[in-house]
Amino acid sequence: MLKKTAEIMGMPVTIVIAEENVKEEDIIKAFTYLHHIDDVFSLYKKNSEMSKINRKEIHEEDISKEVKKVFNLAEKTKHQTNGYFDITQQNGKKDPSGIVKGYAIHQCAVLLKRKYKNFFIEIAGDIELVGLNNSAKWKVGIENPFNRKEIIKVLFLSNKGVATSGTYIRGLHIYNPVTQKKADTIASVTVVGENAYEADRFATAIFAMGENGINFLEKQKNLEGYIVKKNKSAIMTKGFEKYTHV
Amino acid sequence: MKKYIQITFVLGIFAVFVLLRQFKGSDENPVTPISQQNSNSTSRTTQTSSNSSQNIYKDGTYTGIVADAFYGNLQVQAVIQGGRLSDIVFLEYPNDNPTSRSINQQASVLLKEEAIRAQNSQVDIVTGASDSSRAFQQSLASALAQAK
Repeated sequence: MLKKTAEIMGMPVTIVIAEENVKEEDIIKAFTYLHHIDDVFSLYKKNSEMSKINRKEIHEEDISKEVKKVFNLAEKTKHQTNGYFDITQQNGKKDPSGIVKGYAIHQCAVLLKRKYKNFFIEIAGDIELVGLNNSAKWKVGIENPFNRKEIIKVLFLSNKGVATSGTYIRGLHIYNPVTQKKADTIASVTVVGENAYEADRFATAIFAMGENGINFLEKQKNLEGYIVKKNKSAIMTKGFEKYTHV
Repeated sequence: MKKYIQITFVLGIFAVFVLLRQFKGSDENPVTPISQQNSNSTSRTTQTSSNSSQNIYKDGTYTGIVADAFYGNLQVQAVIQGGRLSDIVFLEYPNDNPTSRSINQQASVLLKEEAIRAQNSQVDIVTGASDSSRAFQQSLASALAQAK
């Protein structure tokens, strides 16, 4: 078992490989890949390909395969969500950061799968879990959004991605002036999907949808979710419970 | 028209909330500027001391980028007074989208609900919203970057 952490894209990254004879250089290579993703997609780096595309310094035919791939994934997501997901902003510039993190974790996992069967990659609370940990499924805790030192649920996962989205302004309540009810009743949403890319992009969406996002999740194949409400109760999709058993 | 009243109302609530938070100062989780050394979209938040005599930001009103909140766009405006973040105005919010609203009004299916409870078990890794409300942070970070 080898565990390594790094700070990439301004986020903590952890890779754990639960096997013997793990080469440290393989994890370093994975970190290098993540740095590369940041260099290509960061909108905060003036010389990133993404920044150059937005400044129209790169013509469409010269866009790299990698960026084209992410653009295609974004287009696919836009279609899947009937146009709600759109990386093109009103000013015509593109911001793919809504899917790049999950994409990066998943691509990193694909890379490590060439040599290892049992590992996980975590970037700032979003995780892809591959294989097993000592013949048992990986144990993933869901953080209590009201007390981040606590875990409120344990999931047993193998070959899955999990991502959590939540509120950063704590204690904030928005009232819907029409119904006079609290409009933001969600504290966090955790989504389990086929990989980190699927989990991440939907976790972000569901959080924006609010409590009724659970209905959207319920209709999606291969996606399950757990929503923690501000009243400290939680609601889950029908298929979620299976992940809470060993 | 109703829509505008609604948005104005929401913005008002946000503004009042943020101002209250600022004045309280000692609150456990105040709304504080995004880490100033790193305006990366995903940077974690840092809490700045409310007693700090140093003014981090220049006074003025700064508009952040339109960030993709997946279910619509989100854009904030940061108001800096006395070198401190005094207000956040939401120029765009995902609910400000007729299609989002219609989805949000879908009838709820009957799903299992439970009270959350702390667990004592050991886990390999934790999933949490460490960079949550990304769109909010992104837009705010870009607004504050201009205020330096």
